[in-house]
Amino acid sequence: MSAADVSVPAGHAVRPVRSSLRFFTAELRLVFLRRRNLLLLAVTAVFPLVIGIALRLASPHPQGGNGAGVAFFNQLAGNGVFLTFIALSTLLVLILPVVVAVVAGDSVAGEAGYGTLRYLLAVPAGRTRLLAVKYGAIVTFGLAATFIVSAVALVAGAALFPVGPVTLLSGTTVSLPDGLLRLLFVTLYVAAAMAALGAIGLAISTLTEHAIGAIATVMILVVASEVVDNVPQLAAAGPYLPTHWWLSFDALLRVPVDTSTLLRGLLSFAVYALLFGAFAWARFTSADVTS
Amino acid sequence: MTAISTSGLTKRFRGGQLAVDHIDLAVPDGSVYGFLGPNGSGKTTTIRMLLGLAFPTAGQAALLEVPMPAGATQVLHRVGSLVEGPAFYPFLTGSDNLARYDAADRTADPRTARARIEAALDRVGLLSAAKKRYRNYSLGMKQRLAIAAGLLRPRELIILDEPTNGLDPQGTREVRALIRQIAADGTTVFVSSHLLAEVEQICTHVGVMRTGRLVFQGSLPELRRTGAARVTVQTADPEAAAKVLAGLGLAGAQVDAGNAHAGNAHAGNAHGGNAHGGNADTEASAVLGEASPEQVCAELVQAGIGVRGFAVTSPSLEDLFVGLTGEGFDVGG
Repeated sequence: MSAADVSVPAGHAVRPVRSSLRFFTAELRLVFLRRRNLLLLAVTAVFPLVIGIALRLASPHPQGGNGAGVAFFNQLAGNGVFLTFIALSTLLVLILPVVVAVVAGDSVAGEAGYGTLRYLLAVPAGRTRLLAVKYGAIVTFGLAATFIVSAVALVAGAALFPVGPVTLLSGTTVSLPDGLLRLLFVTLYVAAAMAALGAIGLAISTLTEHAIGAIATVMILVVASEVVDNVPQLAAAGPYLPTHWWLSFDALLRVPVDTSTLLRGLLSFAVYALLFGAFAWARFTSADVTS
Repeated sequence: MTAISTSGLTKRFRGGQLAVDHIDLAVPDGSVYGFLGPNGSGKTTTIRMLLGLAFPTAGQAALLEVPMPAGATQVLHRVGSLVEGPAFYPFLTGSDNLARYDAADRTADPRTARARIEAALDRVGLLSAAKKRYRNYSLGMKQRLAIAAGLLRPRELIILDEPTNGLDPQGTREVRALIRQIAADGTTVFVSSHLLAEVEQICTHVGVMRTGRLVFQGSLPELRRTGAARVTVQTADPEAAAKVLAGLGLAGAQVDAGNAHAGNAHAGNAHGGNAHGGNADTEASAVLGEASPEQVCAELVQAGIGVRGFAVTSPSLEDLFVGLTGEGFDVGG
């Protein structure tokens, strides 16, 4: 079999890192060029604009409500940078989780639904490799959505409100570059939260061939977690909920930075990502593909 | 070398249904192997196990002598496949769809991707539709695109599951021609079908599945040989003729009353106008076996039987196939 002798070494000649990068790029193109996903990103981009304009038109000191968001509202009138924190904390309740849930829930279930999963595996893409590429694309998409919110909010905030040295929640005033650096970390923190949610979505996505079902399940989980987190009688369960630490990024807006809260949040994200990532892997590498 | 070999390959679904029951496939290198069986006989489940999509409950399988599913990533890039119909992203064009699958292949050379995609599309006659979205493809075009995906790289084995399913006669002919071409290039072709006619025209070997078991495997001539030729005598005295046939040592001598004119045993006129005995035309028949037809005929005449007609008939492949797989659907559980 000369054909076999030639094709096997030729196959291994292609470097695995480069070939996986090619697969990942193709996956990103598929995710980011899909009209539905582009629409999601567009909607995500519109929200900070709308929030900014609404706040500009409303009284500078809105009343009522509670939670982390309110502190930001009071700062906004003095500094446009705070629009980014307002936008992130508002969109974190529902919009950003939806964006991540759609892409994550669709990741494997969508392929199964189209039937393309069996062909990808027959290529062979490799089950672990395919899962890794899928997760990489989910994380990238969540990162992109989060940065779009921050970037649009920053531009809108600068256009609609005065910009200058940033007065933090602890009352300390830091320079604008310092404030922007904190904004970068806040955005990365939120992206990490979305990456953990993405792992949950990926795991659920390996259980079904109905993308809509997977997406809905992720959203129900998010809402359920948020509801439980708001019931005082269930406060003991709070720190273990997947959504509990999402808004804790305000720890970055204090001097000194509340690192213990931040680290607990990041630890929670890492545990969720690992747990559900491991579940997705165990399930996906052992299950029959029947779609 | 065997392109596909399995031993005791078994798949029991979680519900307890035995979909594939200890099958031992041996697909010779360079053959065109027809994998036959009615719908629900376990063909697709077998193919899914061969490709590492489903995990066997028991037994082993090997593609190109590499064990599956353990060796999936080492061997599958040498194998092209079409499983249970084409599947692509409806919102991508034909060539973008192929590029997507090619990008997933860790052993494919990205520098030659464009050329290989064009060559594959050209081969199945889809080059002019390369920039068309998949959702606008006709059924035949979709099927051909799936075959093109199997041809993105030089393959040693192509596995095609029901490649002509749902195609019109024109499309069926195109796919058949394509399979012949692929086989002519020296690629082993494993093609499953529930239609014997489709397989008969292109295959060198066949395996026949029935309710999860492999009931026959061998070359097409070998399958034909399993069908025993029968000698049929038309005469006014079939009882005597049957006796003579039995006396010659022919097995299964019997009287077949009332169907001489019908020419069709299933026409349902056995109780019609032709009364038994009397002057009604009737037949006697027996398995020919090793006897020569000339001698049988001469013996009949010598015994004083008035021979009105004499024929030697072999069962058609269709009859053999139905005999192996059962008349109708027999999908247990």
